[in-house]
Amino acid sequence: MRILVAMSGGVDSSAVAGLLHEAGHEVVGVTLQLYDHGAATGRRGACCAGQDIHDARAVADRLGISHYVIDRQARFRAAVIDEFAATYAAGETPVPCVRCNQSVKFGDLLELAGDLGAAALATGHYVRRIDGPDGPELHRAADPARDQSWFLFATTSAQLARCRFPLGTMPDKRAVRAAAARLGLQVANKPDSQDICFVPAGSYADIVAKLRPDAVEPGEIVARDGRVLGRHQGIARYTVGQARRLGVAGGQVVVALDAARRRVIVGPRSEGSRQVRLREVNWLVAPGERRCMVKLRARDVLRPAQVTATPGGAHVLLDAPALAAPGQACVFYDGERVLGGGFITAEPAVDAPAAAALSPPPCRPLGAANGGVAQR
Amino acid sequence: MAYLDANASEPLRPQAREAMLAALDVTGNPASVHAAGRAARRVVEQARETIARRFGASAESVVFTSGGTEADALAVHGLAAGRRLVIGATEHDAIRAAAPGAAVLPVDREGVADLAALERLLADGPPALVCLMLANNETGTLQPVEQAAAICRRFGATLHVDGVQAAGRMPVDLAALGADSLALSSHKLGGPLGAGALLLGTAAALVPLIAGGGQERGRRGGTPSLPAIAGFAAAAEQARDGAYLAELRDWAEAAACRVGAVVCGGAARLPNTACLALPGMRAETQVIALDLAGVQVSAGAACSSGKVARSHVLDAMGLGALAGEAIRVSLPWNATPADVECFVVAYVEMAERRKARGFAPNR
Repeated sequence: MRILVAMSGGVDSSAVAGLLHEAGHEVVGVTLQLYDHGAATGRRGACCAGQDIHDARAVADRLGISHYVIDRQARFRAAVIDEFAATYAAGETPVPCVRCNQSVKFGDLLELAGDLGAAALATGHYVRRIDGPDGPELHRAADPARDQSWFLFATTSAQLARCRFPLGTMPDKRAVRAAAARLGLQVANKPDSQDICFVPAGSYADIVAKLRPDAVEPGEIVARDGRVLGRHQGIARYTVGQARRLGVAGGQVVVALDAARRRVIVGPRSEGSRQVRLREVNWLVAPGERRCMVKLRARDVLRPAQVTATPGGAHVLLDAPALAAPGQACVFYDGERVLGGGFITAEPAVDAPAAAALSPPPCRPLGAANGGVAQR
Repeated sequence: MAYLDANASEPLRPQAREAMLAALDVTGNPASVHAAGRAARRVVEQARETIARRFGASAESVVFTSGGTEADALAVHGLAAGRRLVIGATEHDAIRAAAPGAAVLPVDREGVADLAALERLLADGPPALVCLMLANNETGTLQPVEQAAAICRRFGATLHVDGVQAAGRMPVDLAALGADSLALSSHKLGGPLGAGALLLGTAAALVPLIAGGGQERGRRGGTPSLPAIAGFAAAAEQARDGAYLAELRDWAEAAACRVGAVVCGGAARLPNTACLALPGMRAETQVIALDLAGVQVSAGAACSSGKVARSHVLDAMGLGALAGEAIRVSLPWNATPADVECFVVAYVEMAERRKARGFAPNR
């Protein structure tokens, strides 16, 4: 079977290419050039391609498979980087990896797979695709520490049907490195990539400042009642739930961002809401009303909730109030399985957290015996 | 397998290989005074005479270089002498990168330079150095170089001609063209990589890029690569006219057009080159699909990372979206009907797979 493998140059996708090749498939490696590496790292004279592309080619050469570098800089810029900055400017907290998965990875690469007569697209994501009675299902990875299912919630059923995730069943990263080493891949001991690929050395605010200077304009830090508590250097530096960089009394966190007035609004951490509205919802089961667990950010606990599909998205009623950051994803789980998810929408500012009066119900995963207990 | 990317590099001709093997055994530096040096010099000078004779120049006007890119760069830097630069819109990067601030001569939809625009450009302003290619690397389109040369003479402009793709595939004669210089590349006519030449038509003074030890009459420093130059000359002796390839090329083109391809380029073009756009399918996807089927073609300009960049040539021709959907099929000197058959089968399968999937064009 001809399989297209998205090769980033890292150990995970290299191992995928190696394992599929070993299994006798005709593996075609593809590496996306998403941004000018030289410009991103600020190193003058650095090749536009960067070390990762060289590593991917070296792995492909070592395996003796075809490998191609595909330029998607313009598309990545529009679909991911510009959106990243615009989301911050709107007072929200983006998830660029989801946007990238939606556009270049599972959009463009699946189309390429079709054009090349490849039966499937394989990636190095840590998730499991399981064929269920009603078609392919998306499940959390065997290794909870590596699970990336939250980032893949937007993958549609049609896309999932043509995807393969060989690392989803790996017990842990060590096993992946061992496989890479056994296959003689040079990247077996390459360090894991950190943070966001197009942000050099963690200074994402610089990129936002360049694209959307309005997002780093100084403004006021205020309480819910409007009292000015301090100043900030741009709403892009804040996200709902954040305690750092506030310079206010302990226990206070960001509870909302008001982009129009460039205000960071703070309050006690307990000031959450049970209501979360979602847009751009992707369902991997029939849309409807469900009791399930939800996860409001990549490294969050699973929270019990009632999810209801609405014409424009979905409405989530959490059992217990929480601070949901607009722009982040809310992903629905039934045990190990991903049911769908959407992007959190900013609610119109509410002065009194009405939900706080309600007593939180027991925090118990529903729908599966061991649902999500591994987090934390 | 079918190698149909001759415009990137031609297969080595057997006569070139023989000449190189013989030259590898020649010990000595052509600049040395002793017998070995004289023997080495003889190899270079014989090659120089061959190249001069083949392309209508005098032996002393031949400056050997490392390849076509260096020959073009040497012409732009060495002949400019303070003149302003005018280059064709579809010139190779060897010219474009050497002449960053140049005025650009537009081309029409077939890729042919606008000579009326050349006259206007030359009519006002100080003397110019004009760079115009004989044949385009991506489309094979031929430029009206002789007419351009006449215009240049009228306005006192110097004309440099990039003959890299034309040489060996059609008759090329510097004197007949009436140009001031001509750039050639060995591996585009079946010689080895690593050799090229700049031929000078007039007694124009050439400022060297590399002074070095004063080799090549002070016009290009550095010990010349004997084996590469010997192979270059042997290949040039063989490569005269590629007209016999036109029939195979036309077959490939007709078959591609039957499944929706559009031919880009002019009526007058190289006999070995077909530039085929497939509306709705990215050029890079086509190159990959054909490669996986064992057919080697190219698209746009290849970056060192191997990715396909959008073609400035097709953009200059005003082809719009087609510019990102065109591949170049270029037949090597030893192409066979089996090669074309292989291409046709793979191309038709690729186009029909696309049609069957019914996806909207990804633009």
